[in-house]
Parts: sequence; C-alpha cells; structure tokens
Amino acid sequence: MAMTNYRADFPILNTRINGEPLTYLDSAATSQKPQAVIDALVAYYQHDNANVHRGVYTLAAQATDQYEAVRDQVTAFINAPQRETVFFTRSTTESLNWVAQTYGEQFIGPQDEIVLTVMEHHSNLVPWQQLAIRKHAKLRYIGLTSDGQLDMDAAKRLITAKTKLVAVAETSNVLGVTNPIKALAALAHQNGAIIVVDGAQAVAHHPVDVQALDADFYAFSGHKMLAPTGIGVLYGKLDLLEQLTPAEFGGEMIDNVTQQTTTFAAIPQRFEAGTPNISGVIGLGAAITYLQQVGWSTIEAQEAQLTERLLNGLLKMDGVTVYGPHDLALHGPVVAFNLNGVHPHDVATGLDMAGVEVRAGHHCAQPLMAYLQTSATVRASVMFYNTPAEIDRLLTALAEVKEFFQS
Amino acid sequence: MSLLKLGELYKAVILEHAQQLHHHGQLPDVPGLTLNNPTCGDVIKVQLDIQDDQIQQIAFSGTGCTISQASASVMTDVLAKQSPAQAKTLIHDFSQLVMGDEIDATAKTQLGDAAVLGAVAEFPTRIRCAMLAWHAADQLLDELGGDPK
Ligand SMILES: Cc1ncc(COP(=O)(O)O)c(C=O)c1O
Repeated sequence: MAMTNYRADFPILNTRINGEPLTYLDSAATSQKPQAVIDALVAYYQHDNANVHRGVYTLAAQATDQYEAVRDQVTAFINAPQRETVFFTRSTTESLNWVAQTYGEQFIGPQDEIVLTVMEHHSNLVPWQQLAIRKHAKLRYIGLTSDGQLDMDAAKRLITAKTKLVAVAETSNVLGVTNPIKALAALAHQNGAIIVVDGAQAVAHHPVDVQALDADFYAFSGHKMLAPTGIGVLYGKLDLLEQLTPAEFGGEMIDNVTQQTTTFAAIPQRFEAGTPNISGVIGLGAAITYLQQVGWSTIEAQEAQLTERLLNGLLKMDGVTVYGPHDLALHGPVVAFNLNGVHPHDVATGLDMAGVEVRAGHHCAQPLMAYLQTSATVRASVMFYNTPAEIDRLLTALAEVKEFFQS
Repeated sequence: MSLLKLGELYKAVILEHAQQLHHHGQLPDVPGLTLNNPTCGDVIKVQLDIQDDQIQQIAFSGTGCTISQASASVMTDVLAKQSPAQAKTLIHDFSQLVMGDEIDATAKTQLGDAAVLGAVAEFPTRIRCAMLAWHAADQLLDELGGDPK
C-alpha cells in the first residue's frame, strides 16, 4: 500500500541534525507537533486568552467555551459516558499519582493487594509502590510469557479476592505489546477490584473506548498524541469519582468558602484546582481534530507498515537482540533492541551522528530491564508521519555502527 | 553517515581501554563507593586503598557504555600512586576538560590518556557517562579524607 506523506504538516521534520536530515524515531517519548496544533496555540494567545470559569466578560466566556469544548472532544475521543468523567491534569504521571493519592489513600488498607505487571513504566509503578509502603499493602507483579506478552495465566492466579486494584499499561513503551485490558478488567471486577489503565502509549495509535475496555480509570498525556507538553487527561467512572476527596484545594474547585468551611464544586471542576493549562487544553483539542482528520485507518495502516519494516529489518540483522514479541501481529509501533556487545548509549550516539534520533536507556522501566536481564536497551518508535526511507536510514546507520564497534 | 565524527569521540585509545580495562575488578577489604547513572541504569564502583598519603591500590567494577568504562579505566591509571590532594586536583582538571573548559598544558600532560576524553565536550549528552567514575572517586576521597590513616 502506498503511504501518504504527512511530513509537510510537521515543520520540525525539515530540521537537520549533525548535518543529516532529522530522522525522528522517538515518538514514544514525545510526538512531534503538526502546524495545526502550533497554530491553535498561537491563535489562542492572539485572540482568546483569558482565565476560565472566572470572568463575566466576553473574552473570558470565549476562553471558557473553548476549554469546555475540548472536554467534549476528549469525551467523544475515548467514548467516555459523560463529560463529567473527564478531567484535565498535567500528564499521565499526574493522573496516575492522583488516583493513588485519592482512591488509593481512601480505599487501600493493610494486606490489600495491588496487582501490577513487570512491564509498567515507573509512573504506573512507583505511585503504587509508595502507596503500598504507606498502607502496608502488598504488590504483586504479573510476568511475561516466553514470547514477551503478558502472562494471562499468571494474571488469573494473581488477581484474587485480596486484590483491591490492578494497574496496567494498555500498550508497553518497551515491548510494544498491547495488553488484553478487557480480560484484565473482567478479572479485576470479578474479584471486586478496580482497574487503572495507563493509556500513554495507546491513545495516539488506535481508537480507545473506555466503556468497551470497562476501565475504572484511564490516564494519558497530550504530548504523545501531537499535543503540547504539560497537558494530560484522567477519565474515571462517575460513581468512583463521586466518592473521592480532592487531592488539591484552591480556586476553581469550590462551591462556597467561609472562614472555617468549604463546599466543593461539582465534578469535574472539583478536581481541577487553580488556573488550568488552558493553552495546553486548546492544543489537545487541535491535536484530536488533526488525528481524526488523518483517520484511524490511515494511522493504523501506516504505523503497521513502518513497524513491519523496522521489526523485520532488525530481526534480519546478525547480532541484534529484539525484545518483546517478534510476531508483527502482536506489535505496536515501538521496538526495543540491543546490538550485542555494544552498549545502547554508544549505539544511540552512533545513530545520532547519522541524524537518527532513538532512545537509549531503561525507558523508565527498570524492573522490566531487570526482568529481561539487561540494564538498558535501544528503542526505536514510529508514528504515521515517519517514512519507510527513515526506517532504512536507521537500519543502514545501525549496520555502520555495528561495523565501527565490532571491527 | 559520518563515521569520521564517531571516530572523534571514540578515539583508538578509548576503544583500546574499553576492550582491555585497567584495574578492573574488586579489591577485598578496600573501601569503595558506588554511583549509578540514572538515565541508563549503569553502575560503577570505585575502590581506593589510601595509605601514607598515597593511593596504593585502585580498582573499579560494574557495567556501562564504552565511554564510562574507558573513562574509569584511564582514571585508574591517572590516580594510582597519587596523593589524595593531587587526585582531587586531577579530578577537577578532568571535569573542566570534559565540560569544554581550557586547562593548562601541564594539567593535560598529567591527565595522560584521560585527556583524550576531552572530545566528550562535543557530545554533551555523554558527559555524564565520562564523569561517572570520576565523581565516584571524588566522593570516596571526601569520605576517606576524614580517616586518620
Ligand atoms: C507507558 C507509559 N506510561 C507513562 C508515561 C509517562 O508519561 P508522562 O511522562 O507524559 O507523564 C509514559 C511516557 O513516558 C509511558 O510510555
């Protein structure tokens, strides 16, 4: 299938790095931003900037309308049942910490079990670990099958009546696998637990339906889906959100304040204390509009084609270890690998000399690195705006790096 | 691509050290200090045996990239047999060098093979790798400085 080239929409992709054309293969860390998103930010500051939910004047109403319109957009984007169930945060990290500090603080007690997977990003691991330490709760980890997928047999053994909460990434930022969230949600719910889903690596790559997944909480970041940094989303089921005490207090989240008491605003304002990241929200709205214009069928088809070229290219190369499943059908647009005998930092520096930007390190998943018995890996990730030629540039540069270090 | 540029960072001396590490291993009953590089999870342990105001034995262990391993290896050559005070000065000079600051010719000569790592200054993301072992040695010297022997 011929690919549509979207590079012209992303001005940064014309940059040169170390004298070579920029080959950006680190979208899993953060995506690049289309002109449409950049324009939306500029237009907001040029024409509509005012604080939200505060003024009676026209400009404030304009800003508030735009801000709230994005809540509707996000609601539809993840098929949330009500707009009240969607609120804005700084990031996936803040969303997940928020759940730990509200739901976790209120409902997790001594001996309760929290079930995670070994592939979790630190931001869906450390908040639960620290909560478990505070509450004397226990952490249980679901491991992997030999081909790098989540071990669902282990999940069935580990999720029990003692389990209060299951926290899992929809898509792994290292292994590239998408986990069976629906099945995990069913297991959690059968045992009276809730499921918290880290959608950071999922939302930009396939349609997400939080109701079909039956997720109790779903967290994601704007910056990995073409929006600016500093804006994130948390979705929560309404009956759960209604039971939670806010984690932060201040402006915007109140109904009435006296010297000694406060009544809180309704959800979702209750959980958005202080002036929010208004321009970030506007940018997120523009990013969703852009993604929808490109369309899921194009995004999924192009990313599948790029991933195939990347995965097969790496698997064919001698002396390369590829982590995660080798089966394309199981693979999202992220591939972690190592050049045997060469440290990932050295590989990434070598690739950088060719303008190829990849990540090297533990990818904020040190427990996964330990599980895979390595301290770090190289990681290349693609998005629909990449091209087959860029994958080839990576593979060629990698062969040269291999030659350099092994000769 | 320009493998030439890669050769500027990974000079022959560095590749040789990385392939044949000097003073690599653990010294029994010798004080040590371990540091890690939080971006990649690499770990380096440096051990110093100081007696009569002189580093009698030095060793490093752990895993890391070519730059951090080679840098640790050249460091052990540079610091062996120095007094703790001289060692502190050499560490300071090396740190200036990899940060891209000029150091005088005598200092450069004293740094020997380590001076080659000055090229790291052109690769800012790798300065941390080059400094890891030297930071560990620096902190260990401070800790041992309080020691009466
Ligand atoms: C799977 C996963 N979870 C969570 C995060 C954290 O996202 P953020 O840093 O935007 O909070 C990331 C990205 O770094 C990720 O890949």
